[in-house]
Amino acid sequence: MTVLDAAVKADESVGRFTAFTRDTIVKSNEAVNGDYRLLVVSAPEEILNCTPGQFFHLLCPSEGADHPYLRRPMSIYGYDRARGELQFLYKVTGAGTRGLATLTPGAQLNVFGPLGRGYSIAPDHSRIMLVARGVGLATLAPLAQQARDQDCELVAVCSARSPDMLLSVDLFRDMGAKVITLTDAEGTSGTQNLQHVIEAEVEGQGVDAFYTCGSNRILRLLQTLSRRFDIPGQIALEQQMACGLGMCQCCVRSFDRGGRFVQERVCREGPVFDLQEALSC
Amino acid sequence: MLSLETRIGALALKNPIMPASGTFSEDLADVLDLGALGAHVTKTVTSETRNGNPTPRVCEVRGAMLNSIGIPSKGVAHFLDHVVPFYSQFDVPLIVSISAGTADEFARTCAALDVPGVAGIEVNISCPNLEEDGKAFAMRPSTTEAVMQKVRGATALPLWAKLSPNTGETTEVAQAAEAAGADALVVCNTLLAMAIDVETRRPTLGNLMGGLSGPSLKPIALRMSYQCANAVDIPIIGCGGISTVEDVVEFLIAGATAVQVGTATFIEAGIMERLIADLRAWMQAHGVSSVADLVGSVRDQEAGDGMLLAEGVS
Repeated sequence: MTVLDAAVKADESVGRFTAFTRDTIVKSNEAVNGDYRLLVVSAPEEILNCTPGQFFHLLCPSEGADHPYLRRPMSIYGYDRARGELQFLYKVTGAGTRGLATLTPGAQLNVFGPLGRGYSIAPDHSRIMLVARGVGLATLAPLAQQARDQDCELVAVCSARSPDMLLSVDLFRDMGAKVITLTDAEGTSGTQNLQHVIEAEVEGQGVDAFYTCGSNRILRLLQTLSRRFDIPGQIALEQQMACGLGMCQCCVRSFDRGGRFVQERVCREGPVFDLQEALSC
Repeated sequence: MLSLETRIGALALKNPIMPASGTFSEDLADVLDLGALGAHVTKTVTSETRNGNPTPRVCEVRGAMLNSIGIPSKGVAHFLDHVVPFYSQFDVPLIVSISAGTADEFARTCAALDVPGVAGIEVNISCPNLEEDGKAFAMRPSTTEAVMQKVRGATALPLWAKLSPNTGETTEVAQAAEAAGADALVVCNTLLAMAIDVETRRPTLGNLMGGLSGPSLKPIALRMSYQCANAVDIPIIGCGGISTVEDVVEFLIAGATAVQVGTATFIEAGIMERLIADLRAWMQAHGVSSVADLVGSVRDQEAGDGMLLAEGVS
């Protein structure tokens, strides 16, 4: 299938529309550690009006026996309007990401977005905490920039299997965050120690809001602490998607809204949801 | 002067491109000008609220996808309060897709939606019939006729019957819908299919089976559109795997007066707008000035008898 030419209606559609189908050009696509790769593409300005936690729907190339038909949702690792750049951090797990891994500098990648509802930092919050593990740290990376832009202190609690699997740590430090790393290899990433670390921050300098992504274990812990200390929170969730825009009703998950269970579309009402409403699965 | 206008019975459309039910919602206004489309076709609405099927609701297969969404619906009341007003801002006919478990419920739902702002009803008879062991109404002429007669008695609005490919009686079902008062046929819905993960040995869809859509369905939907166009005197709206302008033209030549674009919108959200532009360009390049000049222009006289008789084309 041919895809929409980048130039078609690019000018008149900006401002009126919020998501765009555009060809981007791969700048680099390198392994950052044993599991993850960083894809950097040059992107037109109109698709860089992003919010942390939003995602793009990628048209992954076919390679060998792989023919990904549907687009693949990918959270934004970084966006830079000044440099005209979009970044994705991904792990090769299936036909779509195997295709992404074959992209070399100069190649085209068709993207659709930005999509979904991202994280928000309340204007009166002055110290927030993000807690994430593994690739979840990629989704939370743009939040660090947002926190700095809003003059809000950030504590980043980063968990991973081993120190070399800790993603985004340098990025968080560059943004002035206080970074706490916990790993399985060092025996520091267990739920109990994680709880101690979070409690120490809450009871010490204080935390105005929690931000997380993915992990059920972290979700349950943060929900408990959020209730105990009366601290609000937000979580980005995943679900398999087809359209990415809200039309197909594929990506629904259940949420607890004041004791009533409701289904919401992860692509449209999310992917970022209220921490207390999310249900672990 | 080149014109993309087409006509579905009493309804005049500015062009023959419209969305397929279930692949379209207000959300698409984030991406394209909904006012450019030939018609708006909503996701199927039921009288009561429905949650839909368990996840995973979608999986991909080679060149196509399977879905078992299960018609989640917020009900007719919500639809009248929120969805109909949204579409009233556009000068585009609004076609509401409806579904129900019984013929009487179809009629009640249809009557409730006969309101200003609704230009027509698409009757989704491809859904399971609760009174017939879950077999889709559109699988048989008798159940098709039963539903269409009831909805015909419930409204004077144009009625489009959405046929199913899951039948061996394509022309009989088409004729039954026509006899019962359908104003047009949408040909066709998804084809019942299945996928299994060989590692886990579990069906890939939460609902075990689901409907196949996408380019793989196109030749089947095209064959059915051709058969139906030959079997009835009411307009055919082609639907199934359309993703290029050649697909659009092919359905028109086969006998469709308009087409619905579905799964392709999931891959390229703005595709309907592009297809409208591409159709204009194609017609210009081929010296065709009106859509009507293409409709049913297939040169099938030289085809062998065996091909025509394969599934009872008269």
